[in-house]
Amino acid sequence: MLLIRCPFCGSRNESEFMYGGPAAVRRPSNAAEVSSREWVEYLAVPSNPLGPALERWWHARGCGSWVTIERNTATHEITESSDGD
Amino acid sequence: MATDSHRMESGGRIDRSNPIKFQFNGKNYTGYSGDTLASALLANNVHLTARSFKYHRPRGIISAGCEEPGTLVELLEENSSGNRAITSVRIEDGLKAKSVNCWPSPDFDLGGINQFLADLLPAGFYYKTFMWPNWRLYEPLIRRAAGLAGAPASPPTKVKFESRHAHVDVLVVGAGPAGLLAALHAGRSGSRVMLVDENSEAGGALLNRKVRIGGESSLGWVSSVVDELAAMKNVMHIQSATAWGIREHNLVLVLERRLKEPGELLRNWRVRAARTVVATGSTERSLVFANNDRPGVMLSSAAQSYVNRYAVIPGRKALIFTNNSSAFSVAADLMNAGIEIAAIVDSRREVQDADRSHLNGIEILPGSVVSEAHGHRRVNGATVSERSESGRRRRIDCDLLLHSGGWNPTVNLFSQSRGDLRFDDCLAAFVPVDSGQAVMCAGAANGRMTIPEAIADGAKTGIRAAIESGYPGKSSALPEVDEDSYSVEALWHVEPRSRRNKCFVDFLNDVTVEDIRLALREGYRNVEQVKRYTTGGMGFDQGKTGNINIVGTIAQERGLPLSEFSTTTFRSPYTPVEFGSIGGTRSDTVFLPYRHTPVTSWNTAQGAVMYEAGARWRRPGYFPKPGETMQEAVSRESRAVRAGVGVYDGSPLGKFELKGRDAAKLLDFVYTNFMSDLAPGHGRYGMMLSDDGLIFDDGVVFCLSKSRFLVTTSTANAETVNRHLEFILQIERPEWDIKLTAVTSQWSNATICGPKAREVVRSLETDIDLDTEKFPFMAWRKGRVAGIDARIFRVSFTGELSFEINVASRDFDRLWNKIIEKGSTYGIEPVGSEANHVLRTEKGFLSLGHEVDGTVDPYDLGMGWIMSKKKPDFIGRRSVELRRQGSETRRELVGLLPDDPDKAIPEGAPLTPGGRKTRTEGFVSACVWSVVKERWIALALLERGRERMGQIAHARVQEEIIQAKIVSPCFHDSEGQRLRS
Ligand SMILES: [Zn+2]
Repeated sequence: MLLIRCPFCGSRNESEFMYGGPAAVRRPSNAAEVSSREWVEYLAVPSNPLGPALERWWHARGCGSWVTIERNTATHEITESSDGD
Repeated sequence: MATDSHRMESGGRIDRSNPIKFQFNGKNYTGYSGDTLASALLANNVHLTARSFKYHRPRGIISAGCEEPGTLVELLEENSSGNRAITSVRIEDGLKAKSVNCWPSPDFDLGGINQFLADLLPAGFYYKTFMWPNWRLYEPLIRRAAGLAGAPASPPTKVKFESRHAHVDVLVVGAGPAGLLAALHAGRSGSRVMLVDENSEAGGALLNRKVRIGGESSLGWVSSVVDELAAMKNVMHIQSATAWGIREHNLVLVLERRLKEPGELLRNWRVRAARTVVATGSTERSLVFANNDRPGVMLSSAAQSYVNRYAVIPGRKALIFTNNSSAFSVAADLMNAGIEIAAIVDSRREVQDADRSHLNGIEILPGSVVSEAHGHRRVNGATVSERSESGRRRRIDCDLLLHSGGWNPTVNLFSQSRGDLRFDDCLAAFVPVDSGQAVMCAGAANGRMTIPEAIADGAKTGIRAAIESGYPGKSSALPEVDEDSYSVEALWHVEPRSRRNKCFVDFLNDVTVEDIRLALREGYRNVEQVKRYTTGGMGFDQGKTGNINIVGTIAQERGLPLSEFSTTTFRSPYTPVEFGSIGGTRSDTVFLPYRHTPVTSWNTAQGAVMYEAGARWRRPGYFPKPGETMQEAVSRESRAVRAGVGVYDGSPLGKFELKGRDAAKLLDFVYTNFMSDLAPGHGRYGMMLSDDGLIFDDGVVFCLSKSRFLVTTSTANAETVNRHLEFILQIERPEWDIKLTAVTSQWSNATICGPKAREVVRSLETDIDLDTEKFPFMAWRKGRVAGIDARIFRVSFTGELSFEINVASRDFDRLWNKIIEKGSTYGIEPVGSEANHVLRTEKGFLSLGHEVDGTVDPYDLGMGWIMSKKKPDFIGRRSVELRRQGSETRRELVGLLPDDPDKAIPEGAPLTPGGRKTRTEGFVSACVWSVVKERWIALALLERGRERMGQIAHARVQEEIIQAKIVSPCFHDSEGQRLRS
C-alpha cells in the first residue's frame, strides 16, 4: 500500500487513487500528422524501467487531482510528487 | 514431583489455580491458564499428535512457538479456525481441537499405508503422475487425501473480528530484550511508539531461559520495563499481536488475538509507521538425520521453553544433539528440572570449557552425530556415530531427543520489506544488510545473538529510530547482564546409513534430503526451483526451522559456498491469518455500499425485483404482479411502452456539467462527431473512443448555454469518464478554461415513454410547450412540471416518444408519485431494466457491456457516420484509421432471428462456422422475447456480418446448434418516426 502525496490532500493511501499510466508517454499533439510508427509507439510501447519511473495517479476518492510522482519500481520509494505538468 | 505427572509442582508462567478443560481429537484433557494446546498435551504425556502430509508418518510437537512444523490443528465449532500451529493456540474452557492430517485419529491412520508406498512418491511425483489429461482433474482428490483443514462451514461464533488503523513514529516488533529496549528509548524520546509482540506476555527469549538482568531474574527486569512503558502516554504496547506482513512505505499488518469473555477478539491492525524496528529475535533450526521426525524428537529450545515457561516435563531421559553452544544451557535447565541427560552429542570437534562448566558429570560426545532415531510412535533411542574415520557407532536410550541446528535471525518481516540478506559464515546464517525502506533490525534478528549484545543493539536502534523520525534521542545506562556466548559450526544434514532412511528437511510437506538430490539430478539448480519442485518450505510454517537446511544441502551437493546462494523469498503472512480479521466488521453492503435513488422504497413496496445496474446502483429489474412469471412481467412492461405508456427511473445515468470558454473544444476532442455547433436548447448523441480507437462510452450531450453543457454517460462508466475528462483537462490541455462537475446525484430523472407520453406529461401540468414543432426530438426545455423546477430532455432509449424529466433529487419522489397518480388514467406502468433491455434490443440501440465490450469501433456497429471527417483530431481517430487500412476481418453488429421463433439463444453464446466445434466467429450479445415481433430476436457481433445478411448463423450451445437468420440489427420502426413523434 503506497503512500502517495497529493498536493491538495497530503499523504494518502494508494487505495484512494487509480493508476493512470506512465507519465513519460505523451499523446502526440499533432496526432493527425505523426508517422504510424510514432503513433503506435505512443499507444503500445510503454516504458517499463526498473528504477525511477514517472507515473500518474488519479486521486479518485479524494479531490480528483491527477498527480505525477517519481516512483522507484524496484524499491517503491517515491522521490518526487507534483501536481502534474 | 509426582512420578506419574508431567507437570512440575511449582514454577512456570501458568496459573495452577485456574485449571482448564479442553478436548483434543475427541478426548478430554485438563491444562492450566497460560498453557498452549501443545504444552497442555505434553503435560498430559501426549506426544503423538499428528500424521504427516504425504507419508502419514506419526508426528509430534517439534517446537514451542509459531515456527511449529510438526502439528497443525483445526479448532472446532464455536472457535472454528483451520490449520493453526498447535504451539500457538492458547487453551480455553471448552476448546475443541483436532489434528488436521489424520483420519480417524493419529493413533490409527489409514493413510499410513503411504509409508509403504514411499518409494513411489518422490519429489515432483504429483507433477509427473497427474499430468494427463490435466492436473485439475486430480487436484481435489489429492487435496482431500492430504487433508488440510477446510474452510469452516460457518463463522466462529465465539470470535469477533475487527480491524483498525494506527499511525506511529516508531513501530517495534518483538518485546524481547532488544525490542523492549528499543521501545523504551524511542518512548523516552517522546516519539509515538507502538510495541507489538506475538507472545501472551513480554520477554521473548527470556521467557524460555533462566538469565539474570540488572541483578534480578530477567522476568523481573522485563516487568519493570513494561511498567515504565505503560506509564508513557506516547507508547502503546500490545501482546498476543503478530506482525504478519509488511507492505510498501512501512504499512505493517498486525493481528492481535485478544481474549475477551466469552471467546476471542481478532483485531487486524494496519499500522503506518515512520520507522519500523524489527526485533523479532531468532528461530532455532532443526538438524537433519534419519527419522528426525519421530514423536519425542524436538528442538532443544522447545524443551527449554516447556520446562521453564510451562513447567512441563517433556521426557524423563533426554539425549541432546547440537552443532552449537546454545544447547548446553538447555541441558542445565533440564537437569534442574530433574530430567536425566543421557548425553550431549556435539558435531563440533571442540567443545568450549565455558559450555561444559555447569554440566558436571554429563557425558559430552564431541565430533559425533546422531545418525538415526529409533522408535516409531515415540522415540526410544538413537544411534550416535563418530565423525572420525572409524565412524564408531553406539546406541543410546532416551525418550526425548533434542536437536539444535543453530539459530537463524528471524528476518521474515525485514525481508518482506525488501531488505537484503547476506550469509554470515561465523553465524552460519543469513543476516540483514540494507533495507529497501525505513525498516531496521535489532537484537538477534540483526545477528546479535547473545543477550548482552541484543540489549545494546536494541537501545541503539530505538534511539536511531527516534532521531530519524524527528525526535531527540538520548542514550541511558544499560542494565548488567550475565555473560553469554554463542558459537556454531554448520551441519546441514547427517548422511543416513541407508538411503531408505528418511531425513526430513521439511516436516510439514514431508520433504527429505533424497528429494533435494532428486531435484538436483533432474536439473533443478537453484533454491527457488528446488523449492517449487520438492515443495520444501512451502508449508504453513514457511520452513522457519528447515529452509536453511535445504539451502545448505543444495550448496553442499553442488560444492559451492552458501554465500553463492540466497534464501527463497519470504512472504506474508508470517503466520496464518483469519480472513475475518482482514475484513473486520466490513462485510456485505457495509464493505461496498449500494447506491439508491430516491424511489427505492417505492420500488420495493411495489414488489420490484431489484438489480444492480452498475456502479453499485440499485434499480428495479421488473415488477411482477401476483401469479406472473418474470417473462410475463417483462413482456407486459414492454407492451405498455410500445402501445401505451411506461415510466422508468433513469437517475443512475452518469451526468456531468461542463462549464467554461473552451467547453465545446473539449467535446469536439473527446467525441467522434461535432458537438461545438450545438445550439442552446439542443442535444446530440455521441460516442467517445479511447486512443486505441475502440468505443469507450456513449451518451448524449446537451447545450445548456454557449459555454455550458450537460454530458450523460452510461451508469457503470461514470467514474471512468470522469477520470478520462479530468486527465485531458489537467494533463493534456491544462490551458483550456473548463470546469467539470459530476452531477449524477444532484439530478434525478423519470423517463415517461410510449405513444401516450405527451398526454401524461401534459396531465402533470407544465409551462413547457410539448408540441413537437416547438419541442423536437433531441431538444431540451426548462420549466416547471407538477409545480417543480425541471429540465425535460427529449431523448429515447426505447425507440418511443420519450420525455426525460429531470428534477433536483430532493424533489424526485414528489414528481414520481405525481406521475404514477396522473399516469394511472393512461394505464402507465413502471418499467424495470429487463423491459428496458427488450425495448433497446428491438431498436438495436447499443448497450455497454453487451455490444460495446471494448473490442469494437463505430464501423463495426454500422455507425461509421458518427466519425467526423472534418475534425483534424479527436481521441481515437488515428487508431481507427490505422486499423481500417489493414485487411483484418472485423466482427460486425447484426440482428438474428432464430429459425424456431420460440427458441431463445443464451446471451453470450458463441457463433461458429456451421456450428462446428471450432474457432468462434462471433457471439450473441442480446436475446429477448420481442413484443412487436412476438418471437425471440437477438443481436450479435459476427465476422463480416453485414455481407452475410439473409444467410444463416449457427450458435453453438454445448452439444446443441441453434440456427438463426442474419438480419439488420433493428426490429422496430427503422425509420425512427415514433421517437420523433
Ligand atoms: Zn487529493
